[in-house]
Amino acid sequence: MLTHYPTKRSVLVPTLLYAQDELGYLTDEGIQEIATRLDLTELDVRNVISYYSMLTTKPRGKYNVQVCTNIACMLRGADELFDHCKKKLGVTHKGTTADGMFSLEEVECIGACSWAPAMQVNYDFHENLDREKLDKALDEYKKKGAQ
Amino acid sequence: MASLVSHPDEVKVVSKRFGKGATSLDRYLELDGYKAVQKALAMQPDAIVNEVKNSGLRGRGGAGFNTGMKWSFVPKQSPKPKYVLCNGDESEPGTCKDRLIFEHDPHAVIEGVIIAGLAVGSHTGYIYIRGEYRYLLEIMQKAIADAYARGFLGKNIFGSGYDFDVYWHGGAGAYEVGEESALMESLEGKRGIPRIRPPFPAVVGLWGGPTVINNAETLASVPHIILGGAEWYANLGPPKNGGTRLFCLSGHVNKPGVYELPMGYNLKKMIYDVAGGIAEGRKLKAVVPGGSSTPVLTANEVDIAMDFDSLAKAGSMLGSGGVVVLDETTCMVRFALQIMKFYQHESCGWCIPCREGTDWLKKTLKRFHAGGGVRKDIDNIQYLAENMLGRTFCPLGDAAAMPTISIVKKFRQEFEDHLEGRPCPFEKGTTQELPVLV
Repeated sequence: MLTHYPTKRSVLVPTLLYAQDELGYLTDEGIQEIATRLDLTELDVRNVISYYSMLTTKPRGKYNVQVCTNIACMLRGADELFDHCKKKLGVTHKGTTADGMFSLEEVECIGACSWAPAMQVNYDFHENLDREKLDKALDEYKKKGAQ
Repeated sequence: MASLVSHPDEVKVVSKRFGKGATSLDRYLELDGYKAVQKALAMQPDAIVNEVKNSGLRGRGGAGFNTGMKWSFVPKQSPKPKYVLCNGDESEPGTCKDRLIFEHDPHAVIEGVIIAGLAVGSHTGYIYIRGEYRYLLEIMQKAIADAYARGFLGKNIFGSGYDFDVYWHGGAGAYEVGEESALMESLEGKRGIPRIRPPFPAVVGLWGGPTVINNAETLASVPHIILGGAEWYANLGPPKNGGTRLFCLSGHVNKPGVYELPMGYNLKKMIYDVAGGIAEGRKLKAVVPGGSSTPVLTANEVDIAMDFDSLAKAGSMLGSGGVVVLDETTCMVRFALQIMKFYQHESCGWCIPCREGTDWLKKTLKRFHAGGGVRKDIDNIQYLAENMLGRTFCPLGDAAAMPTISIVKKFRQEFEDHLEGRPCPFEKGTTQELPVLV
């Protein structure tokens, strides 16, 4: 990827996201490593991390449930779905379940407006949701995660 | 992934290969793929620019600037390399069209990028896709690799002697990065903070080189214009508003979806005919015509042609094509709050009017909606929003202010109804009676 750009630094944002995919969050060691490889200071890297909403330095659940509550989803019942998720998982916004299986996040528009309400679990889209569909999807992740 | 819809009034140009397996390069070639770029390779750069200019194609990201005109601002001679940057950081609430283009027709974007490169004398293009769209980034990575394997990208493309490279780039979650100068900052590996202009990107852009930045839908339209001709494309829409547009219908309609309709299509018809009318026969209250940053239209204002100029005349904008329909059960104060909550979250904090303005407005609207508002707040909300207009580095400040001002002006009564500690009059209607539609 480094050859795609005139400056090394340009790979930073996608690299951070790919690095995060490995563990679910960015570790101190990972940040240090990326900074060294790209001739940046650790501060430069942390500065960028804090800007992007998908990047995090805090551990998250195996499955990060991101419920969109922006306008198009809100009009079709997203607030109710988010409340339902909170109850079902027993956590609030940015919380993680005790078993480390799920974390929950209320997110802004994910580009599923015409198929609202919608959520993303890690990178997978779940659209035209209602409670039943949401329950089914989360149960399947739970089953998959326990294997 | 995302399901497709259709309607007899649709004119399929950008969406003509949707659902036809065009992610496969062979299939794309069967469907007239890469013919436009070969035609463009035989044209003079100025002729390409003029063709696009005359087609009336205007930026599909929101601003609606004439694309050919934008390309013509790139200097012919440049000591620094020139770049083409495709903006696929689609994140304007209400908008979900670029997603379908990347999912169904990634090669059309690549082709558009190459043609833009030929037009301005660039040899490098980047396709930036928002981080949440990981599956689309993967589709694009494969499409680019396939195009390289056939010699459609790289050295001596199509045996023409012209070199052109295209690279993918992924974001990591930031609405602000959809703004062109913040997009360049992000691509350069920095926080997505807007740059002051002038100089404009066409002169000083990526790494200081002249850069053409176009939305994915804009670039995907270009090959069709090169093949079909400027006149054909221009005639699909009203004067100066050439072509078709992917309209993303969402909200309280029976048949939400992304429909490709000619520019200038009547909004009322779009809601009641194309999108099947309002759910459960309820009455229309308001429409967001082009993504969350555009001023709302009331039910009395929807008999309007959906093109850039007609909406501008009505005091709104065609924006990004995200048409969000609100029925009578929607609380406009709550709606304004939700919009402001979004902009407050997404404001990069670089300039004060936007950072402080969105925060104050969110807090005021939140308190107001909860019944803690006083009469003076109504004017304060409008005053705060008006003071953000035109006072920020990038349009995010305007984007937050414009819908807010329109909601206060057009739905003032609803603000009055929340006064004196009264509970939201719609709360019951919206949270209990509104069904979750499947």
